[in-house]
Parts: sequence; structure tokens; C-alpha cells
Amino acid sequence: MDAEYDVVVVGAGPGGSTAARYAAMGGAKTLLIEKRQEIGTHVRCGEGLARGLLDQAKIPIDKVWISAEMDGARIISPGGFSFDVDEAKAGNEVGYVIERDLFDRALAKLAGEAGADIEVKTSATEIIKENGKIVGLKLICKGEPVTVKTKIIIGADGYESQVGRWAGIDTTIQPSDIMTCVQYRLTNIELDPKYTEFYAGSIAPGGYIWVFPKNDNTANVGIGLGAHIVKHGGEPKEYLDRWIANNPKMRNAKQLDMVAGGCSINAPLDSVVCDQVMLVGDAARMIDPMTGGGIAHACLSGMEAGKVAADAIKKGDYSKEFFQTYEKAWRGELEEKLFRNWMAKEKAQHLSDETFDKLISLLAKVGLDNISVINILKAIKEYHPELVKEFEDLL
Amino acid sequence: MPVENVNKCLHCGLCVGSCPQNAIFLNEVRLEFNGDCIECGLCSRICPVGALTPGGK
Repeated sequence: MDAEYDVVVVGAGPGGSTAARYAAMGGAKTLLIEKRQEIGTHVRCGEGLARGLLDQAKIPIDKVWISAEMDGARIISPGGFSFDVDEAKAGNEVGYVIERDLFDRALAKLAGEAGADIEVKTSATEIIKENGKIVGLKLICKGEPVTVKTKIIIGADGYESQVGRWAGIDTTIQPSDIMTCVQYRLTNIELDPKYTEFYAGSIAPGGYIWVFPKNDNTANVGIGLGAHIVKHGGEPKEYLDRWIANNPKMRNAKQLDMVAGGCSINAPLDSVVCDQVMLVGDAARMIDPMTGGGIAHACLSGMEAGKVAADAIKKGDYSKEFFQTYEKAWRGELEEKLFRNWMAKEKAQHLSDETFDKLISLLAKVGLDNISVINILKAIKEYHPELVKEFEDLL
Repeated sequence: MPVENVNKCLHCGLCVGSCPQNAIFLNEVRLEFNGDCIECGLCSRICPVGALTPGGK
């Protein structure tokens, strides 16, 4: 690690590595730091990734990190009605279950190949300011305190982001915009290895249970609950344990691992930049509020932020005003969808089991030629306009 | 401020990113709480694995 950089990227997840890659490709002297000793582990993710989003984020597909290819997604109501979102009808919304550790490492490798320096087991602890301007970062690198000078900081430090808060960007979200999640990798279970499954209703208040296959008898089985609905600590684990115990397909299930995590499901933030700082991915609260997917949004925003950072270095302008180019780019790609899906999520969090049964059986009956969240909402509008009336302008 | 049960905690960072006061820091080994904690109890209530108990000092 050198003493001075143009750009320091904090966090080597998909967003940070992509930002570092594009900043370095654009000629900026770039450092990527990761607090963990190993990039990519431990995996804290359902590992589902939609194909269309991969193209949108220009991520080169590599068989190394594909765990299983899906034919579709299946949405299952409390009464057992199910609705298949098939590949043929919804190519862009269906995709892969990936190996996140290998995926993250592949993206970090691309950053390194583009010329970014990478330091693992290195945490940022403080932004250093002089006369109101950011001049660098305090780090702890392999246990040793060091300071590094930089002109631009890209915060890619995930759900628990500190960079944005240190820099004065308001990333606070309400409990109703937080999902509290826990997941087991279970083996020795019965499953449809070609379908990701989503179970809605009172088995997961304010969220859903997912089963994402890794192979023909192993899957990531997880739950997310609305943080404004849970009453006490440990409830996500209790709900998930109960569901698994009552599921005959999982009666011989054995655990291979357990992870937990937070997921933001908010409407897009007002601003994710300030002078000398840009936030990307989960740190910028860009997760899709309906699906909980954030990997591709992180890559997409990382790419845009990396490009803008390189451009800013060339022009010598690291101001909030200059970074509006980044705001415009990511919002152009994502904002409308994020806002609409947030409105839909606000509604879906409070539907009764009966309504879920009604909706999912309706969708199964109607059939849709081109399935996406927006087309599902449009179909609902036709038959149950009361459920979408608050946001019909967006449909 | 809350007390962490280190045997339950999975270091997932949910409490860190959800704290309205930014009073929790995760140093990869354990959680640290600072004096900005206002005892709102959110972190203990939403912890996915029940690793936090409100009301320590």
C-alpha cells in the first residue's frame, strides 16, 4: 500500500470491487480495502442473481461462480397456491444461484487486474479532515494503524456502512424499511432444483421465506421479517425453525451453515454523495425492496461511481456538484423501479393470508406473457384495483 | 446499553446498520457500543438470533 491515492474504496464486496475496477480502468490511482481477512467470506447472502441484471451491470459471466442455473421462480401462498415465473416468460427476472465467495473474489480479481491495489484485513476507522476538506482515511491494516491520503472515498461498506455516516450523508432508515434475516444452508432435503421458491404470508410477517437451490438436495433456506413487526430478538430464527420443522420435505435436513443479516427495503435515499464521497450498493441502500436483491444494483452503482471518480480525478473536481453525474446515472437505471417496488412492498407487508391466496391463485390463472414485478402489479390492478390504488400512477 | 451474547452473535451487522444513533461498531470479533446509545431497544428487538439484551451499562 502506498501513502497516497486518488480514490480509496472501502469494502471489497461486489459494489466496491466494481467501483475500484472502473476507477482504476479510468486511470485513477485506486486502493480497495477489505476488513475481512478473506474477500468473499463468510457469505452473508441468499445468493440469487437475476440474469437481466447481470447484463445491465456488465458483469462477465464465469462458470466458476455459478452454483445452479434456474428455470424459474415459484411464488407460494399460505394456502398452497403457487405461481411460476418461468424463464421463457421472465428471462430477465430469473437467473442463477451463485457461489458468493467465488463471485466476490472474481470481481476483486478484475479490480486488481485493472490496476487497483488491494489490502485485506484492513478496516477504515475514521475520515481525516483538514479545514473542512477530506484529506485521507485512518486505517488499521493487519493490526497496525496507518493513514492514507486520498482525494475521493467510495463507501462500499455494506448494510452496516460507516463511511456515509462519518461523511454526513443521511443513510438512516425506519424499522419498516429494514428486514431482519437468518438463513441456513440445508442439505438432505427434497426440492425442485430448477426453481427458486418464495413463500409468502403469516409464516414470515412482513417478509418471506426463500429456498434457493445449490444442487439437487441442498439449498439456502432463509427468512426475512419486517423489523417493525418483530416483537423480540431471535424471532426470525424462531419462525424459520418452526417452518422447517413443519415442512415434510425437510424432515431429514442437516445444517451446513448459518448466517444472519440486515437488508434495507427503503425508497431511494435523497442523496448518496457529498463532497469527495460517493456511496454504492447496500451502503447506499439500493436493495430492491420487493425482492431483497442487491448484488446487481451494487455492481451497477459501483461501475457508475468508479467511472465518475476517474473522471473527477482527471478534471480535478471532487465536489458534490460534480458527483451529480453519478446520482443521475444510477437513478436513471434504478430509481423508478426501486420506488415502485417500495410502494408495492409497503402494501404486501400487510396483506392477509387470504389475500395472498387470492392474488397468487389469480396470477396462476391469468398467466402472463411477460412477467416482471411491474407486470404482476398491472395484472393485480385489473382484478383488485384497491390493492394498488396508492401507486397506480407508477403502473 | 445492550449486552451482547458473544456465543449467539453471528457478527452480521444488522444492529450496526439499523442503529439510529450509530452507537454500535462491529470490529469483526465483537460488538462495541458507544455513549451515544439512547436505550431505544431497537437492536435487541430486531436481532435475528437474539444475541442482544437491553439494559446493561
